[in-house]
Order: sequence, then structure tokens, then C-alpha cells
Amino acid sequence: MERVPVLSLGDALLVSIQVDLQDNTVLALQEDLAERIVATGARGVLIDISAVDIVDSFIGRMFASIAALSRLLDAETVVVGMRPAVAITLVELGLSLPGVRTALDVERGMRILRAASERRGPRPADEPDDLVPVAEGGGAAAGA
Amino acid sequence: MTTSTGVEELPIRSGDDVVRVRQLVRARAQEVRLSLVDQTKLVTAASELARNTLVHGGSGTATVETLHRDGRAGIRAVFADEGPGIPDVDQALTPGWTSGSGLGLGLSGARKLVDEFAIDTAVGRGTTVTVVKWTR
Repeated sequence: MERVPVLSLGDALLVSIQVDLQDNTVLALQEDLAERIVATGARGVLIDISAVDIVDSFIGRMFASIAALSRLLDAETVVVGMRPAVAITLVELGLSLPGVRTALDVERGMRILRAASERRGPRPADEPDDLVPVAEGGGAAAGA
Repeated sequence: MTTSTGVEELPIRSGDDVVRVRQLVRARAQEVRLSLVDQTKLVTAASELARNTLVHGGSGTATVETLHRDGRAGIRAVFADEGPGIPDVDQALTPGWTSGSGLGLGLSGARKLVDEFAIDTAVGRGTTVTVVKWTR
């Protein structure tokens, strides 16, 4: 099974899907993202699907659950670059991906994430007077 | 009269096989010059049905062939398993009805994405789903 790499860019995580997605790959991506959001304190997740030629109901549901779980972990998800034929097929399939924010390309997606991050301000652990690193566990939450 | 050429059969025993079925259907759809949207619809339907074969049937096969009829070409894909079968086909074809693991869009969604759809199933004997997409 191939794994989809997750890159860190500022306070966002960047995922560019370049492989033919099989179900286990998408499940692994979901778990990797959850762990990386917590480990890095990322405020946003950008998933580029411009190279993805089909999104079926399983893959679509995974995008929705990635968006939901990152929200629970205080991060926003934007899916960018959906091909027109994929959008047409998803609508016909009856899957409109509720709760998934989309943008036409990476640049627009990053703009959405930056705006959302500014609106919400830094994470409490990022404030200068709070020097307890999140990775050491417990302390950051107590200090917040 | 409908004639058929280039029959290819692939096993469906793993998630990787589902990907291979998608790739074969895509290649054959490109060969007969289905439009990009129709290719995408057919490959998406094939993905749903191949997953059903794997998840509900345990394993099975996908058979893909090119059809010719009255100057038009089409792709037929047949998904066959010897799994438990579907007790209530009408219910299984209802959008949103799910046997538990998904959104209930697999079978009903696949039907919407193709030109012809047939299902042959019996409890204890297995399920065969046939789909066809024609050029316009």
C-alpha cells in the first residue's frame, strides 16, 4: 500500500494526492493527518486532488470525515483542485460532501486557511508567555 | 446486433485489485473515446461495484469488454462474486440504504452513472452486476 505524504507549511498541513487511491491508503491518510495536526498544532489542512481522476463514495466520505476530525482538533480543511468531471460525477452519485470546504486551486485554498487562522488567532499554546511545549503533554492544556 | 471484442478478466481479492479494475476500465473507455465525463462516471461506477465485490462478496472477478452496436461503441463491465447474495434487491438499490458499512450510495449510485444496469443475485449463490456505458 502506498502512503500519501503530509507536508508542513507554516501552520498548515499540505497533502497532494498523486497516486491511485485505494481504500486503505485513504484510511491511513486520515490517521496520519489526525496525528500530525496534534503533533504540529496545525490550524489548517489543505488537500490537493487535482491529480485525482475519480472520487467514489468511499473516498468522498473520507474527505468528509477528515474535515470533521480536523475540526474536532481545531483545524480547518480545504479540498482543492477538484476536476470538473469529478464534480459532475459526485453530484450525480448524490454526494455533495457537506461540511467540506473547497477551493479551485492551492493558492485560493491557502488564502482561505490563512484568513481562518487570523480570524481565530493563535492557539493558546502559541502565546509568548506560555512556553510549555505541546509535545510534553498535559502541561499545555493545563496552562491554556 | 451487438458484437463484443477484447474480453479481459481481473481478479478482485484486495484493495489493489480494485485500483487495477479502475485502471483497466479507464483504459478501455479511453480506447472507445468515451467523453471525459462519461469515462469518469463509468470508472466511478466500476470502483463502487468492485468494492462491493470485495467487501460484500469476499472476492470475485471483473470482466471488461468492448461492445459495438449500430455504429456506437460501449464498455461492458461485469462484477461477479460467490458471496452471500442480496436478500432484498429493491432495498439494496434504494439510495441511502446501507448494509452497515457505507453511505448506501454504492449500488444505487453506480446505477445512476451508467446507461445499462443489471443485477442477478440469489441468497447463498452470489451476485453479478453488469453495467454498460455507450459513446454518444
